[in-house]
Amino acid sequence: MKQPSPRGEAGALLLAVIGGTGGSGREDLARLDAVVEAAVARTPDILHDDDLQLTLFCLYELHYSGIDGVVDDWEWDLQLLGVRQRIEAAFEARVRAEAVVGALPEATSEAVCAELFRLTGEDSGPSMSRFVAKTATHDQLREFLVHRSISQLREADPHTWAIPRLAGRAKAALVEIQADEYGNGLLARMHSSLFARTMRELGMDDAYGAYLDAAPAITLASNNLMSLFGLNRRLRGAIVGHLAAYEMTSSLPNRLYSRGFARHGYGDAATGYFDEHVEADAVHEQIAGRDMAGGLVESDPQLLPDVLFGAAAALAVDSLMTARIMAAWEEGRSSLRPSEAMAS
Amino acid sequence: MSAGTGSAPDGSGPPAHALNSGPATPVSVVACPNGPLLIRGDFELIGPDGNELPRTRRTVALCRCGASVLKPYCDGSHKLTGFRSDP
Ligand code: FES
Ligand SMILES: [Fe+2]
Ligand SMILES: [Fe+2]
Repeated sequence: MKQPSPRGEAGALLLAVIGGTGGSGREDLARLDAVVEAAVARTPDILHDDDLQLTLFCLYELHYSGIDGVVDDWEWDLQLLGVRQRIEAAFEARVRAEAVVGALPEATSEAVCAELFRLTGEDSGPSMSRFVAKTATHDQLREFLVHRSISQLREADPHTWAIPRLAGRAKAALVEIQADEYGNGLLARMHSSLFARTMRELGMDDAYGAYLDAAPAITLASNNLMSLFGLNRRLRGAIVGHLAAYEMTSSLPNRLYSRGFARHGYGDAATGYFDEHVEADAVHEQIAGRDMAGGLVESDPQLLPDVLFGAAAALAVDSLMTARIMAAWEEGRSSLRPSEAMAS
Repeated sequence: MSAGTGSAPDGSGPPAHALNSGPATPVSVVACPNGPLLIRGDFELIGPDGNELPRTRRTVALCRCGASVLKPYCDGSHKLTGFRSDP
């Protein structure tokens, strides 16, 4: 993706070092570590901290499709990994404080599945899908796509990290879901392709990260959460719970999102992404709850708390993101950061 | 609508949704508590006219609560209606 604009001292230093525009000596990396340490210590809330979330996002991006002008070798640079772990530790602690897991169910597949459906069925604040269906303006639809584009243009990738870490029934279930997410190998049916088509229908740029500068910290946090869970093997329970929660909260909202775009006169090319998810995720949620999450817990009961934590974390962080977007819209403001991409 | 088994209606080739090589995968139906019937394996979904129903995925969830607007497929509406599968 193209290099984003830094949002503070940490991100500016990181991009200067890995982009080769600043010094690239070890002293600069040591300085970056000190800057990040201080930023982590003084942030009022890391979930809404633009500089730290963008810095973490860029560090994770080295493991995905990379950043323009950044040499691939940075991916496994030990000092950068140390910086990443500093931010991750504070981020994970904050998310654990936000996503409290209640009484644990039995470690059986059916009990885990039922608990996940219970958890995801609870009402968690304002509904963005109902608003999009009935009220959102055309500009708000575009804003909605900007927020979603950071994850949906590479839909399924963060959860794919989990495949080699699972075995047996849980692995087969995850692969069954992911195969569908990737269109069973048909490019045009990949969910990321369907989302890109929706963006193009609205005249938007479908290049990955084109609107990154417009995405507020909490939107980046929602994406960083998946990378945190996906890239750390010790959190394999959490990435599985996270995916289950996403699948279980998708069918009904997507029907409403589709309606919102149809209300503005858009046809199948724009609504196809949402329509596909109504049917697909009614299947995925059953596989995810019973075979993937339930199957994982049955084979390794110690992972039960983290499976539920992953689901609770997904819901908690995304409801903070929704609350922020809805608060802006209710006040007649944009939910985005000012950026060149949206100005054009 | 009926769920066919292994091979194409005229027995001429593999079923449309058989993605694995080798003998047909046996069909399994999971009655999901308070939700749909999840059908896996090599099967066909046939409409009353004898033709295959439109289908884009290998494993499907068939609505058994009656509330789906995508029938015969489940669309998650059973959660809105509070459908209970236990008698
Ligand atoms: S069983 Fe899911 S909508 Fe009827
Ligand atoms: Fe998807
Ligand atoms: Fe899905």
